[in-house]
Amino acid sequence: MKVRLSYVALIPFLVFFMFPLYWMLITSFKTDTEITSLEGIPLIIQSKPTLAHYKKIFFEEKLPTWFKNSFIVTTLVTLITMSISISAAYALARMRFFGSQPLGIGIFLTYLVPPTLLFIPFYKVVGILGLLNTKWSLLIIYPTATVPFCTWILIGYFSAIPRQLDEAAFVDGASYFQMLTRVFLPVATPGLIAATMFAFTVSWANFLYPLAYIYRHDEQVLTAGIYTSLIKGDVYFWGELMAAALVASLPVVVVFAFLMDYYIAGLTKGTIK
Amino acid sequence: MDAVGATEQDFGPPSLRKRLSSALENPTFLGFLFVAPAELLLLIFLAYPLLLGLWLGLTDTIVGREGHYIGLENYISLVHDASFWLTVFNTFLYTIVAVFLKLVLGVGLAVVLNRDFKGKGLMRAIVLLPWIIPTALSAICFWWLYDSTFSGISWTLIKLGLMDHRINFLGDAWNARFSLIAANIWRGVPFFTIGLLAGLQTINPDLYEAAEIDGAGSWARFRKITLPLLMPLLTVVTVFSTIWTFADFQLVWVITRGGPAGATHIFGTLSFQRAMSGGHFGEGAAISNFMLPILVACVLIAFIFLRKED
Repeated sequence: MKVRLSYVALIPFLVFFMFPLYWMLITSFKTDTEITSLEGIPLIIQSKPTLAHYKKIFFEEKLPTWFKNSFIVTTLVTLITMSISISAAYALARMRFFGSQPLGIGIFLTYLVPPTLLFIPFYKVVGILGLLNTKWSLLIIYPTATVPFCTWILIGYFSAIPRQLDEAAFVDGASYFQMLTRVFLPVATPGLIAATMFAFTVSWANFLYPLAYIYRHDEQVLTAGIYTSLIKGDVYFWGELMAAALVASLPVVVVFAFLMDYYIAGLTKGTIK
Repeated sequence: MDAVGATEQDFGPPSLRKRLSSALENPTFLGFLFVAPAELLLLIFLAYPLLLGLWLGLTDTIVGREGHYIGLENYISLVHDASFWLTVFNTFLYTIVAVFLKLVLGVGLAVVLNRDFKGKGLMRAIVLLPWIIPTALSAICFWWLYDSTFSGISWTLIKLGLMDHRINFLGDAWNARFSLIAANIWRGVPFFTIGLLAGLQTINPDLYEAAEIDGAGSWARFRKITLPLLMPLLTVVTVFSTIWTFADFQLVWVITRGGPAGATHIFGTLSFQRAMSGGHFGEGAAISNFMLPILVACVLIAFIFLRKED
């Protein structure tokens, strides 16, 4: 009885969450004539499904270039973020020094500073560095969004490692650095995965910064590229837009399909500790 | 990091090398060293821009030209600008309604998902989807879903007999506002649910059993056990969501661009429009800075709760 009630309660949620994605999926396979037709049932693909929109975005639009740019930016930002965050989290979790605790919370709170507050002054900073209109501008901007939360997640994982473990390593003559590479990183691997996923998702999904700083199509990343280039005047190419949005979401979905549990554990550690 | 290799014993008189190596085993010094990259990054690319933003709000900077100090002129002209007050209204409406509904739906879904049933793992994955798909992209999807002619929602409602005409989702001010709120709820419920689900799992089931024996119904159990125990977590999650909703940009910009006729602008989009499309950096910065008091209040609440839990 209780179980059946759960299923009934879940149906509206299921429809609510899935419908927009389903709509995106079927539109991407519909022919242009069917997309702009008022005949029949729009909730299903009625005529023969087509791959025309996918062909077009891959061969006639710059999607492959944006994909490459997104990939380069995301990979580099994730690497930068992880090196900075691991080092900071290790120090804040283990080396009790003056002001280390408020410092940890302070770093975390910077995570709450929203991009809408920063994009105008960042424009100036990016300009001073001569990085306007290049994807490299994102390399210095994104870490400000990823480092705080990744550090916070890692502090949680590092603090949970029993002190006996590093005390034993210390007695054996390990330096702080060796302790990090031989004890902390292997033991906190789930935390490293969660933090990496977080950095990856945030970098992949960011929209405001590339929209504000990059105007050349060759330098653009996926999110802003799809939005600025595939929308041409008053005629909307919904088939292409939906296909591109799906393709651009795919990498994140694939990563989560395999590693979702790590992310959830990290997210919860981050919010409840 | 190579310097760490220098910690091997060195039997000479105290040399620079030796002093350096002992410093490298000193937790305070080493601690600062390890935190330094993060601190520098946040100082240069977060603290400095924040201050720069405050300064720009007091200047008449336009794109490509240095501005001059003009005092509070930007703020004064905004206060006399009707479209700014509409933005203030929209931002609060958007935040209050969306956060409230995300909270209610998020808690409800978390309670349901906390039960044991077949397909729970799959359901959890589906719930997470709106949260992980890049918002700019799902927003494009909503934009199409809200099409005034071809929307699948309109079609379904008409066929179900609930409507007799197509909904003009984005052409009418109030429709557009609620369409945006719905998209925001779609995107934000997962954060509440996943966050709270973890909290629910830490509640001792014995508590519920004891309450059941005492004759407490399921609503009473929820109100007297679940809610109080979940309160700290609930506060943190709500504060986070409030900040993100209040300072949102992407959903609104992609779906309505602040339209129709500026009726759905929130702080983020109005600031972007004035600064990026219009080139008025000073004015744009001033609009963003209007968010600061609310954001600071939220951050303080988060800070207090996070410290309490330590």
